[in-house]
Amino acid sequence: MAITGESHSQFHVLAVDDSIIDRKLIERLLKTSSYQVTAVDSGSKALKFLGLHEEDDHSNPDRVPSVSPNDHQEVEVNLIITDYCMPGMTGYDLLKKVKESSSLRNIPVVIMSSENVPARITRCLEEGAEEFFLKPVRLADLNRLKPHMMKTKIKNEKLGDQEKLEKSEIQSEQQQQPPSQPQPESQPQPQQSPLLQQPNNNKRKTMEEGLSPDRTRRRYNGGITTMV
Amino acid sequence: MGVFGFEKGFVDNQFTQLQKLRDESSPGFVVEVVSLFFEDCEKLVNNMAKALEQQIVDFKQVDSHVHQLKGSSSSIGAARIHNVCIAFKTCCEDQNRDGCVRCLQQVNHECIQLKNNLQTLFKLEQQIVAAGGSIPAMQ
Repeated sequence: MAITGESHSQFHVLAVDDSIIDRKLIERLLKTSSYQVTAVDSGSKALKFLGLHEEDDHSNPDRVPSVSPNDHQEVEVNLIITDYCMPGMTGYDLLKKVKESSSLRNIPVVIMSSENVPARITRCLEEGAEEFFLKPVRLADLNRLKPHMMKTKIKNEKLGDQEKLEKSEIQSEQQQQPPSQPQPESQPQPQQSPLLQQPNNNKRKTMEEGLSPDRTRRRYNGGITTMV
Repeated sequence: MGVFGFEKGFVDNQFTQLQKLRDESSPGFVVEVVSLFFEDCEKLVNNMAKALEQQIVDFKQVDSHVHQLKGSSSSIGAARIHNVCIAFKTCCEDQNRDGCVRCLQQVNHECIQLKNNLQTLFKLEQQIVAAGGSIPAMQ
C-alpha cells in the first residue's frame, strides 16, 4: 500500500458552489494543494457526476442502481466540498442525499458558508458533515481535508481486501491487514486515528490561529460520525 | 496594493490570500477572479437598480442580489463593498427603499473606486514583472 503524501493528485475533490467566483477560488485553492478538482454549480449536477440519479433514492435497497459504484471507478471522488446556500438543492440537501446513498455515504462531505449560524453548523455536522468552513475559505483550512480523504482511501482498500479474503476464506490474515490508522509517512500532522484527532485539533487550532483569536470560534471540527 | 489599498481599507487580508494563490501555472488568477467580480457586480447593480425603480419593490429579490454581492466581495477581499452590503441588507429587511437606493449608490461608487485602484495595481505589477522583477508576497 504505497501512499505518498507528496502526491495529492491521487485525491479527487468535487467542489459544489453556485457562485462562479467562489468556484474559481475553491478550485484554485484545491489545485494549489495539489488535489484534482471537478467543480460544478449545483447539487443536482454534483449528484449526476457522482452517478446517483434521483430515481435511485426512492428505490428499495435490493434494486441495483443504474450506475454501479464500480462503473465510475475512474472518477472516484475522495471528498465533496459544497456551499450551503444554493438555489434549488442546498448543500445540506446534497449532504443528506450523499449520506443516504449506500454507494456514496462513505465520501466525506465538507460544508462551506458565508454565514456563521451555529444551528446550521450543528445540523450539518449531525447529518454527517466532516467539517464546516466559514467563507472565505483559506489555504490553511484545506490542511484539514487530507485526514478525511485518507480515511476513505484506507477504508476502501480495507473493504477491497476483505472481499478478497472472504472469498478465499482465510480469516487469520485479516489480523495482519493494515490497521485503521493511516500511514503517516509524509503526513505532517502528529495525530493518526481520526477518533483521537479532535482534542489535538483544538490545540492546533489555538496554536495555529493564535494571531486572530476570533477565528478559532469559526472553526468547527466535525463530530466523527463515519465508522471505520 | 500595499500602502494606499490597505490603509484606506479597499481590500483586506483576503486579497492577500488571493495573491498567494497566483503562481507560474496560473499567473492571471487574481486578474481573472477580480474581472469576474466586477462583471458580477455590474450585473447585480443593474438588477438592483431596476428592482428599486419598480412601483412595488420586491425587497426579497433585492436582498438576494445583495447576498450574492456580499458573498463575492468577501471572497475577493473587497472590504468596503462588503461593509456597504451589510448595511444594504438591513435596509432590505426594513423594506426601506430610500435606504436601499442610497446603499446602491454607495456600492456603485465603491465598485468604481476599487476598479480604478486595482487597475493601477495590476499595471504596476505588470511593469515590475516586465522589468524583470518579482512581486513580493505581502504578510
